[in-house]
Amino acid sequence: MKFITIDKKDWAKGIEKSRKTYQLFGPVKDENGFLIKSLEHDILPDMDYYDSVMSAKSILFPQTEKMLCATLDESKKDHHIMKKAEIDYSPRAVVGIRPYDAKAIMLVNLNFDTDEYRDPYWCDAYEATTFVGLGINKPGPFDFSTSTGTGPFGEEGLDVLLADLDDKYLAKVLTNKGEVFMNACEFKTQADEKESQALFDILRKEAEKNIASHIDTAKLKEKTILELHEAPFWDDIAFSCINCGTCTYVCPTCWCFDIQDEVKQKDSVRLRIWDTCMSSLFTRHATGHNPRETKVQRVRQRFMHKLKYFLDKYDQGIMCVGCGRCVKSCPVNIDIREVCTTMNSYEKQD
Amino acid sequence: MDYYTEKIRELSAALLKDEKVDLVIGFKQGTIPMATSPHVARTPEQAQQFIWNNNCSINLTNYLTNRKEKIGIIAKGCDCRNIVTHIIENKINREQLHIIGVPCKGMIDKTKVASFFNEEITSYSEIDESIVIKTLSDEKNIAKKDILKANCMTCLHRNPVIYDDLAADLVEEQEIEDQFADVRKIEEMTADEKWNHFENLLKNCIRCYACRNACPLCYCPTCFVDESGPQWVGKGQDATDVRTFHYLRAYHCAGRCTDCGACVEACPMDINVRDFTRKLNKDSFEMFGWEAGLDQNKRPPLDVYSPDDPDDFIK
Repeated sequence: MKFITIDKKDWAKGIEKSRKTYQLFGPVKDENGFLIKSLEHDILPDMDYYDSVMSAKSILFPQTEKMLCATLDESKKDHHIMKKAEIDYSPRAVVGIRPYDAKAIMLVNLNFDTDEYRDPYWCDAYEATTFVGLGINKPGPFDFSTSTGTGPFGEEGLDVLLADLDDKYLAKVLTNKGEVFMNACEFKTQADEKESQALFDILRKEAEKNIASHIDTAKLKEKTILELHEAPFWDDIAFSCINCGTCTYVCPTCWCFDIQDEVKQKDSVRLRIWDTCMSSLFTRHATGHNPRETKVQRVRQRFMHKLKYFLDKYDQGIMCVGCGRCVKSCPVNIDIREVCTTMNSYEKQD
Repeated sequence: MDYYTEKIRELSAALLKDEKVDLVIGFKQGTIPMATSPHVARTPEQAQQFIWNNNCSINLTNYLTNRKEKIGIIAKGCDCRNIVTHIIENKINREQLHIIGVPCKGMIDKTKVASFFNEEITSYSEIDESIVIKTLSDEKNIAKKDILKANCMTCLHRNPVIYDDLAADLVEEQEIEDQFADVRKIEEMTADEKWNHFENLLKNCIRCYACRNACPLCYCPTCFVDESGPQWVGKGQDATDVRTFHYLRAYHCAGRCTDCGACVEACPMDINVRDFTRKLNKDSFEMFGWEAGLDQNKRPPLDVYSPDDPDDFIK
């Protein structure tokens, strides 16, 4: 494995150089807090950020994305014929992505890139993107990522993992894509492999020690879907829920979307838009019938999907990376860690 | 605040024990610093989970809409005003309710607290009128008055306007020199500045509808943005659609909004949603002398016609 040392004095220059070949994305602070956005012009990623309300999923899966376009102008030969929207899939890099957000992208891949189906919008964006992660030296109180198969220095889904060492970054180059990005930045000072790995191990252990929040998911698999579905605790869990979409939108692993056609004068577009299972509209049929009419059913759906259906379907753990965003942003503090504990420890009474 | 908690538990447990109500709605301790969660107690034991502190910002009247049971509810000044509005709008009957009123000296603004630090908050505690906040590497003692929520700073009805029991003695009401200074600031802007102000406000809106869903006024069975046959408003991030949602929602709250701040409290993006409703509150006050939710026997200005209306156009 290759390690590279980057003096922080050279950081900005290197990032600027990469712009020749990459569109850059990363954390930026504005009046509403930190957001992961496109880094226009000379804006650098804010590597001191400690949280971001929204995850990095929008880089591959924008909240509103044009899929197809058509003209309704009947004087044109190709009128009313839907064509794939032009989307820029030139190389892009997300700099400073959290390890758990990269892991989340791997989980979403399981849904959008299968043997049967390949979602071209997600897959093309995924292939165009290089993920340059930043290890979390001081995980916050909401972070329970060590319980979900990732952690503050998790490497899954990343092309490069950076460790912040005060005056420099130590970069662990994990893939060929990562190597190409480092070359574009002209970050070339190689570090000793053994020493560097030892340093990463120490940082990881220190950071993991700071994680005070854990969940147990071991028993979810052995329970039947019906057992959990019919469990008596859902009314209590759902009582305070106001059925907003916050938890689903801030979640790095929630992938559901709606498809909408919009027309402006002679231009027609087909959009895909994030949808949320918390909304009754999510399941309302054209007949008016709604299989998930009540709030309790919708709350149950969200947790069953994340903690049971996904687990059973893919056998890749739960559909949660432990970032804690939903815990922090939920207006009424519905805590997935508590729900998980309740589900995991539930024993059906005969 | 511990006294409030004890009294709330005691009154709630008694109501449940004597079967005067089927359930009591209040707050329980949250799982993270500065969080509380709405909680329902159906037994005296469950009432022991109730708490009261400076983080009880969400408006519990939101949980009353169309309920059929006999309900005990813990309600601060603004919640009470929304209960009155609910009664006026036939969303709940007064006879169904046993209101445990909580005289309130304001709730704290989590965003203001967070602005004192450059890392996540790990612990929160209250000592009299100050708040002790810890992060991984820092600790600060902050005066409550410096971190009050903006709507609490201009609140003129801290005491419950309608109640059956009180959790504490009534508190002194505030004297506010200019209740609408924030609105005046926007009124003084040029058209372009106003436009930019509101555009900037909405630029990070993710349309999660937390503001709407936390608002006790927003109980329409189908909100106009959720109409799907035919669809009224686009569902994406198009600026016109985002604006349409916020502007129409605000107008639907005109003469009804109690400025409880639940919309701002709920917004995950920290958007000051009150900037949309405050001007309408000011107009209601200046044109009709109206403040919502003070009297269950008075009809709101926008749903009543009076033969002696001062305006000619309506006669």
